[in-house]
Amino acid sequence: MSSGSLIDDLEALRTAAPPTVLPAVLVRTGLADGYVTRPGLIGRLRVAFNERGVSACEPADEAYDAAGFERRFLEHFGRPAVPVSDVPGRLAGPLDRALATGRIGQLPIDLRGTGDFQRAVLEKAAEIGPGEIRPYSWIAREIGKPRAVRAVGTALGRNPIPILIPCHRVVRTDGRIGNYGFGTAMKRSLLSAEGVDPDEVEALASRGVRYVGSDTTHVYCHPTCRGARRVTAAHRVAFRSAREAAAAGYRPCRQCRPEPAAA
Amino acid sequence: MSLVSRLAADVDQAFPDLVQTLQDQVFSGALRITASRADAEDITQETFVRAYRALCDYPPDRIRALKLPGWIWTIALNLCRNRARSLARHPVTADNGRLVAHADSRPGPEDVAAWREPPLAGPLATLPDPMRVAVVLRHVAGLSYPELAQVLDRPEGTVKADVHRGLERLRQLLRDPPAPQSTPSLSEVTP
Repeated sequence: MSSGSLIDDLEALRTAAPPTVLPAVLVRTGLADGYVTRPGLIGRLRVAFNERGVSACEPADEAYDAAGFERRFLEHFGRPAVPVSDVPGRLAGPLDRALATGRIGQLPIDLRGTGDFQRAVLEKAAEIGPGEIRPYSWIAREIGKPRAVRAVGTALGRNPIPILIPCHRVVRTDGRIGNYGFGTAMKRSLLSAEGVDPDEVEALASRGVRYVGSDTTHVYCHPTCRGARRVTAAHRVAFRSAREAAAAGYRPCRQCRPEPAAA
Repeated sequence: MSLVSRLAADVDQAFPDLVQTLQDQVFSGALRITASRADAEDITQETFVRAYRALCDYPPDRIRALKLPGWIWTIALNLCRNRARSLARHPVTADNGRLVAHADSRPGPEDVAAWREPPLAGPLATLPDPMRVAVVLRHVAGLSYPELAQVLDRPEGTVKADVHRGLERLRQLLRDPPAPQSTPSLSEVTP
């Protein structure tokens, strides 16, 4: 072998770095968020994250492709999101649990870029468990801004981590299911996958029913409160308002905290 | 504008270009120094993460004065050496959940078998460390002699001699390969 060809052969050992290097470095330096695709309750989800926690979530289907996700992410956060193969260990377990249970649990979330009001709204929405829904007015009252119902709707509409932060569990104050960033159809599908019957919700709303009570305990609840769902049909009483419930001698449920009559 | 000037002006903006410019040579070199793709990938990643942290701390003048390939390789080679040292101290380590046994930093038979290695990889892996590092940095990573002297912190004459001796040894190994049983990794290149 001549000297020239040995050196050529050595130079031929030069090889491209694996395509995973650049994304991993950008994620570890905080210059980009990584994202993975995971099965959700209905369909697959893209979940983005950084050192602080989960930063974004979107359905992953024909209507929401990877390129669109990356473009929206860049527009919204001003930094890129790059596909990575794995979620860091610290997030992996809590993310799997959040996806499986529909509760955010111990999953760290990154809500930088949201103001105090929006953060309070999102954190409150995250308290609503799967299979339950609450009206916008409930969130407004719970965060101490009872008149900010419309602003609550706006804050939820700009939820950067939908599905994981379950803004789909928040409905109109009149009880109707209402709008959703990914369309009303998806909101209904998500709710029904979680055990809420959207038709029943709409039916109650159209009858003007806001609360249901038990004539044995004399407690009234949101219709999807776990307490309310345990009440048998024979003992179930429907109320159109808190005042009506109070007039009948009912008190608000301590679990789902419906509007008290005085308010 | 040169890469160092752009880094000095805005690290975050220019840093992805730094990775893209140098990642292939860092990975290729680390692969031939460690003889493990997994380690080479980890080292490449870690090199740039450390480089980023350093760049964030450096004043612009210091960044502008950097000789980039040499500077990056100083970090990378340190990581390669740390890895060799930790392998020597803990010959069996759990690496990414899989149990690997290393007698030294050279490829085990499973590393070689897992990848269709070019014929030169085996003999190169058997060169003693200083020669192998010098040959790899010069001819695989493509560093110049001044850069090599910077990375190895030795006079240019010395690193030149290491490269030449390494090449000479490599030619010898190719002419006259050792018996396959002593180095299983060479079985593939035995004529």
